[in-house]
Amino acid sequence: MTGRRPALPLRLLRHLLLLAGAVVMLAPFFLMVATSFKPKEEIFAAEFHLLPQRWGGTENYITALTQVPLLHFLLNGVVVTAAIFLLQVLVNVPAAYALAKLRFRGKATLFGAVLVCLLIPYQAIALPIYILFYQFGLLNTYASLVLPFTISVFGIFLMRQFFLGVPDDLIDAARIDGISEYGIVWSVMAPTAVPALVAFGIFSVVAHWNDYFWPLIAVGDQSLYTPPLGIAFLKLNGEGTAYGPLMAAATIVIAPLVLAFLVAQRRFVEGITFSGLKG
Amino acid sequence: MAEAAGRPVRRLDAVILTAPAVLLMAVFLLGPLVCVVALSFTDYQLGAPSISLTGLANYAEMAEDETVRISIANTLIYVGIVVPVSVALGLGAALLIEADNTLRDFYRAAYFLPVMATLIAMAIVWGFMLDPRIGGVNFALKAMGLKPQDFLHDRKLVLFTLCGIGIWQSVGFNMVLFMAGLTAIPSELYEAAAIDGARDGGARFRLVTWPLLAPVTLFTVVITAIRAFQVFDTVQVLTDGGPNKASEVLLHTIYAEAFGYFRVGYAAALVVVFLVFILALSAIRVFVLGRKRQLT
Repeated sequence: MTGRRPALPLRLLRHLLLLAGAVVMLAPFFLMVATSFKPKEEIFAAEFHLLPQRWGGTENYITALTQVPLLHFLLNGVVVTAAIFLLQVLVNVPAAYALAKLRFRGKATLFGAVLVCLLIPYQAIALPIYILFYQFGLLNTYASLVLPFTISVFGIFLMRQFFLGVPDDLIDAARIDGISEYGIVWSVMAPTAVPALVAFGIFSVVAHWNDYFWPLIAVGDQSLYTPPLGIAFLKLNGEGTAYGPLMAAATIVIAPLVLAFLVAQRRFVEGITFSGLKG
Repeated sequence: MAEAAGRPVRRLDAVILTAPAVLLMAVFLLGPLVCVVALSFTDYQLGAPSISLTGLANYAEMAEDETVRISIANTLIYVGIVVPVSVALGLGAALLIEADNTLRDFYRAAYFLPVMATLIAMAIVWGFMLDPRIGGVNFALKAMGLKPQDFLHDRKLVLFTLCGIGIWQSVGFNMVLFMAGLTAIPSELYEAAAIDGARDGGARFRLVTWPLLAPVTLFTVVITAIRAFQVFDTVQVLTDGGPNKASEVLLHTIYAEAFGYFRVGYAAALVVVFLVFILALSAIRVFVLGRKRQLT
């Protein structure tokens, strides 16, 4: 920050404070994994060991995977988050292009609507959407988990900002080649916007893989459970004190995102920081 | 703005490009927003055959409702604790991590991990850690010679316990927002301040970092407040608002009214209250953004 390294005592103080914080931040993750490896007697023992003294991991993980169809929930999570992101790209990228690069009637109104919608927290509109799906018999379907999120005004806003910086010459050249406006979106604009699309993708996948509120409302059928619903079900309706399998299930549910995060740290931080714009 | 106006195109092209977004925005955002306000003036119940306008009856009932009063008070306490603490810790972490190079990536990853991890799963892990008999937190308290606590069932403690989990989850998010703000400060400013006699870190922070970071801070405060108002997952899975409503929060009350008691009209009125809080915070954000735009 200053270009000059701080003095040694200050550097040590920095590590002391940051390490203390890191212990608090990481303790739940550590205890979750360690407990998932412990046999039942050890979890309920009067004395506490950080690390498992005897191996109980196999049993815990088998119980977690068989007591509820956890793998099926994970598959549901993959299908739902992937479907949401793909449809978000299909719906919002063309609109973002139009708002950034084209002149048409109603453009200012449309952009104004996008800005207004940015302020709406989705929990506030969940109730009418629930009633709408109830009327159309769509509750308890994959569609109910995906459809409300296909429109992402945040995605439109983000991609529009990015497209504004793309030179018009690229578009003019494509028009001279006879490419339609819709074709330009996918063959000219989208390829230039890969970094923005990746950031938006990470934001979208993290938000919807972790979402609990809407799936809780929209879905009652266990075969449609997403991972957050699955683990909450295990906690609330299973044996609430079977902590070994519960910690194993928690480990399985958070593993995909955490591993992806450790591999591509910077991209994740970037993608989530964007959500700061949204709140 | 002349460039932003863009190239004129055939009407059909603009329609093809924007129609799906416009349609979905109407069905899933603006329509529901209008509906929820309209429903708040009715006695609609899910599954009930009839619906009638009741004017402000829901709002009048709300004013007398003890649960709602507790719920709003708890939510405000939650926001009032989580926001300042997690913003201050986020700023502290960002400043400390950026102050030197060693272990920078490790610290950033460690503090950011809770932001990424599925909150509902981590809430369950916290529930286990806070177990009065076998939880790690109470073992640690006992090791330090302190009395073990039943953090999630003690009426006096439960809300603060949930605040703690909320803070744990938000620090990393605030940290990366501050980091983005810190890297935007040009290093020449620090050199200029040093020439002007700002020798120690405190003076540099006061003269350079803070004035330039203040808008980022306000921005972070508003975003964290909006996120804190939406607290739900931890409450639903750990306490269900109890014991005796001690951890009842606004979104959880709305959920219970709408999907526990199916009183949609009343729940909609509560949603309107929730919206007013969020939009008031958003108004601050728009105001700050507007001012920032004027500055640059």
